[in-house]
Amino acid sequence: MPRHRSARVGTLVPTGRRPVAPAGGTPKTGRPLVRRATVIGLVILSLALLSVYFRESSSGTLHGMQDTGASVIHPFQVAAERVAQPFEDVFGWAGDVLGAESENEKLKQEVERLRQQLVQSQAALLQNERLRRLLRYRAGPAFPRDYNGVAASIIGRTPGQFEQQVLIAAGSNARVHVNDPVVTAAGLVGRVTQVSRRSARVTLLTDETSAVSALDVKTNAAGIVRHGVTGGEALVLDRVAKEDVVEGGDVVITAGWRSGRLASIYPRGIPIGIVTSVGQLDTDIYKRIEVDPFVDFSELDSVLVLVEKPVVASRSRR
Amino acid sequence: MIDALKIGMLMFAAAVLQSSVFSGASVLGGTPDVLLVTLVAVALMRGATTGAVAGFFGGLVIDVALLDTLGMTSLLLTLAGYWSGRYGENSASRRRYAPYLAVGVMTVLYLVGALALRFMLAEPAPAREVLVDTLVQSVALNLLLTWPIFALVRRLLPRPTAARLGPEVGALG
Repeated sequence: MPRHRSARVGTLVPTGRRPVAPAGGTPKTGRPLVRRATVIGLVILSLALLSVYFRESSSGTLHGMQDTGASVIHPFQVAAERVAQPFEDVFGWAGDVLGAESENEKLKQEVERLRQQLVQSQAALLQNERLRRLLRYRAGPAFPRDYNGVAASIIGRTPGQFEQQVLIAAGSNARVHVNDPVVTAAGLVGRVTQVSRRSARVTLLTDETSAVSALDVKTNAAGIVRHGVTGGEALVLDRVAKEDVVEGGDVVITAGWRSGRLASIYPRGIPIGIVTSVGQLDTDIYKRIEVDPFVDFSELDSVLVLVEKPVVASRSRR
Repeated sequence: MIDALKIGMLMFAAAVLQSSVFSGASVLGGTPDVLLVTLVAVALMRGATTGAVAGFFGGLVIDVALLDTLGMTSLLLTLAGYWSGRYGENSASRRRYAPYLAVGVMTVLYLVGALALRFMLAEPAPAREVLVDTLVQSVALNLLLTWPIFALVRRLLPRPTAARLGPEVGALG
């Protein structure tokens, strides 16, 4: 037996009944019974919260408490977002500089192509308006004419592995409602899925639960845009019949359909993305179409919530 | 009392930072979890009961801040805090790698637990994305955060001295 075995330097030894961890270790917090009662109580409380929250409506007590709590946390989130923004900008700037030269060349070509398209589109627009007046054509709410935009910055994000959602700094105070479409200058971002007084939760187009009726601008082939099977930001244009024509480079926009009293929550004409690949197998019912979204979802810092103008809203409900 | 207040403020700050800054910081597909690493640090230093309570509070702040289902994150973080605390009380005292081991294991368990809970609640549970595509990156990012966060928490929450442990214990040597 080694000598001085019991005299370990700096060791705390119990002189009473309670066991204590060695020096530098974690102190035992309370008796085992108290410890177990605490954790079991908290687990039961969490399960009760989960259960009640799921059962109650959005005007229920827990939702109301969450709304109040979110209003209290809101200023802290805004402050944290503002403090972090310059760092995010620097990080983004460093990445942008690396690919600036090649991107500049690509953008110059794109500007030339878009300039030609603009002239053609303006002529088509004038003709379209003239024909609509002649036919007294009655359309659904049009984007962006029949909508007011509520600009909001992004103040929070859900963990990206599970949900593709963001929290924006505009809520029912700014007349934002559930199912309002959300866009940026580039195109469609998603829709509002939950609203509190000063903030709202937006489910992005890349979320598993999102689906939008869409059209190929060039060929009018209709389908549904949803998240891609490979994850990330890629989207797929699903449910396009094999006989429909869709080609790489085609632009996809929201379809904005209306059937009796039912209507799509997205107005027609919001750009979604560009077709990157089209394929089909003999065994498939539909084409396999991949779409690259116009919006860079990882770089989102502010969005525009489309709120229907009051006159249009009452007319469309009729 | 001051200790409890410090832990509360620490968890609140970590939850706000996580919801507004770190959740959106995707590196190679992985997302760092400042709240979880802070919780593990607090639990290792203060034990299972404090860990469970801190986890419940931090989870509640996240659920409220992100308008998420109340109780979901609280449940997961309560268990994460409790288990980290138990590990600290029983076997982590003298191991230098204990914080890294605890953070790595808790990250995996937390993500698997979140996946299972979401699956049971019929919410989106992309198993492949969580367990195959991003798990390693998320663990690596959390391990990178371990040293600075533990240093900060150790500074804010110094270990109780022998005198503060009460008359039942005394130092030898």
